[in-house]
Amino acid sequence: MINETLRRPLRPLARILRARDRGEDTSAIEAENLRLRQEAAQDRARARAEGRLLVLVGCFFLAFGAIGLRMGVLANTDAEEPRAEANGNPIIGQRADIVDRNGRILATNFETYALYAQPPQMVDPVRAADGLTAIFPELDRDRLIRDFTGDRRFLWVRRQISPEQMQAVHDIGDPGLLFGPREMRLYPNGPIAAHILGGARYGREGVDAAEVIGVAGIERYYDEVLRDPAREGEPLALSLDLTVQSTMEEVLSGGMALMNARGAAGVILDVNTGEVLAMASLPDFDPNSRPTVLTEGDRGDDPLFNRALQGVYELGSVFKIFAISQAMELGLITADTMIETAGPLTWGRFRIRDFNDYGAELTATDVIVKSSNIGTARIAMMIGADRQREFLTALGFAEPTSIEMVEAPTGAPLLPAQWSEISTMTISYGHGLSVSPLHLAAGYATLLNGGTRIAPTLVRQDGPQDGERVVSEQVSATARAMLRAVVTRGTASLGEVEGYDVGGKTGTADKPRPSGGYYDDRVIATFAGVFPASDPRYVIIVTLDEPVETSGSEPRRTAGWTAVPVAAEMIRRTAPLLGLRPDVDLATLEDITLTANE
Amino acid sequence: MRGALYILSFLSVIGLAFWAYQENYKTQGAIREVRGLNARIGAAHARIRVLNAEWAYLNRPDRLRDLAELNFDRLELIPLAPGDFNSIDRVIYPYPEIVPLGVITDTVDVSTFAMPEGEDPL
Repeated sequence: MINETLRRPLRPLARILRARDRGEDTSAIEAENLRLRQEAAQDRARARAEGRLLVLVGCFFLAFGAIGLRMGVLANTDAEEPRAEANGNPIIGQRADIVDRNGRILATNFETYALYAQPPQMVDPVRAADGLTAIFPELDRDRLIRDFTGDRRFLWVRRQISPEQMQAVHDIGDPGLLFGPREMRLYPNGPIAAHILGGARYGREGVDAAEVIGVAGIERYYDEVLRDPAREGEPLALSLDLTVQSTMEEVLSGGMALMNARGAAGVILDVNTGEVLAMASLPDFDPNSRPTVLTEGDRGDDPLFNRALQGVYELGSVFKIFAISQAMELGLITADTMIETAGPLTWGRFRIRDFNDYGAELTATDVIVKSSNIGTARIAMMIGADRQREFLTALGFAEPTSIEMVEAPTGAPLLPAQWSEISTMTISYGHGLSVSPLHLAAGYATLLNGGTRIAPTLVRQDGPQDGERVVSEQVSATARAMLRAVVTRGTASLGEVEGYDVGGKTGTADKPRPSGGYYDDRVIATFAGVFPASDPRYVIIVTLDEPVETSGSEPRRTAGWTAVPVAAEMIRRTAPLLGLRPDVDLATLEDITLTANE
Repeated sequence: MRGALYILSFLSVIGLAFWAYQENYKTQGAIREVRGLNARIGAAHARIRVLNAEWAYLNRPDRLRDLAELNFDRLELIPLAPGDFNSIDRVIYPYPEIVPLGVITDTVDVSTFAMPEGEDPL
């Protein structure tokens, strides 16, 4: 320290004097000292630079070391969900609810437990088996004992148990009986809208959780959407109205019993938005315990079979309005054109007859009102096969409906292999072409809403569908007037509901035999209607399978006696629920008493 | 001067380290709290779901219909029918409440014309 602080002079006096005495050059001494001094400064600078480098190396080493260490730690630890920065709700990760158009729950989840056993941990297998059979009588005691004492290490005992059953199993107190949390799909309304909802079952199963996947209907169609965690549990809103749906099913089942029918189907469709307000098929089932598919017998008797969507039938005279509307659209006839109806109409070896003889000719309106096959067939001949096929395709009768159900493609219409002239004639009055009631509803909606194409949907819509135009507003209005006349003075006179201005058409079609030909005493009776006819809001379809009305002296099977009264009751019950006010002079309503001054 | 700077920076490093240490613990505490809250929210959601499901189950149309039939004597509930609609102008306005006249015995007494001079009516 002293050497550094005490600066050594460049020309030390003692050495200079001595050198002068000897006569030497003193500048050499000075140069020597200067050199030494510079060398020392250089050494110091180098040492400092080396020190800095060392610090820098240390810094780099620390930094990279820290990164490397962290990487190692990350690689070696178990993955953990980043909780602190999780946005959104990490909790709602389950299947979304399904609600109706007013937010009432159609399908939701319920937390329950699954019971499983780990035999190696069991204390007393026989006692556990006894206890379990006491709680669940359907279990086989011997088999349980065999499973518990064998070399199985794990087995499911029950997929779902109620809280009471869980407590009872707790009370057995065997450590080998364990519970895993389960989410159960619950349909609180039971069989209401069963065919639409479909059902759900467990997919992949683990001890701590199980996947719930849709098996049919809208649950299957929207399976991915319902399971999507990004929805954060936002429910799927359907177009159905639970009250209307339940009323429809009630009326339909009453009508089915009254008319001794094998099955029944009904659809109520909004003519402007294409929303299905209610769609039912009887017999039905409870989606909470979905039955297995019927493997023997008639597929049509299976409760799982959705007649409204999958059942394609020859629906009969309800099709007549399409032929007449098309003829009006093409300018071939007007509502007052006289049509020849003298029968029978013979075409090759075919003979077309009417239910009654309607005389030599009728106006086009009366062809509909009296439901003349001959008159309709003659109009169809004016149209021709190609134009008829184009028109029916535009109405959606050539392909399955686009409704949001996984079964939709199975309801494909049956078209004639060759659209011959006789096909043209029979199709005009609803034979030779099989469609589902839902197709018919969409076709009626398209024809009667002013003439724009409607695709039926099960998801709640915000506004009307702006489909392509199929017929003009004028033709649509005339068609509605014709259908109204069918109810006021035609075959659907039992369909009159005071105040709702119902218009509609009946259809009674003989059922085809599986062996070919048609049954004499088995029919499909259909009513297809619109209400109110003056300002169309809803289309209603009611189809009864093999109805017989036996109150009269002889059994009556025509739709006018079977499907129409059921449809009328359905309109009477559902129209107020849909918020439609009856358009009548209120003073004439018997139920209302004037409240003033009484 | 330089020494003071060293001491200051050393102290600030110590201070920052202390602050970071505290923040770290605070963050971990907050994360723990969030986890707890999430668990409670989850439990609340589960409870709401159960209650919703129960509400939907108890309000299922079949049950309500049966209840309406069971209690028909008392409630006389029948399905909504077209005849249940009425127009708004048929609903009468309630009459304005009429002040009972019996209290006023002699109306002339309270009129200002009949009031004697200098007498306060109140």
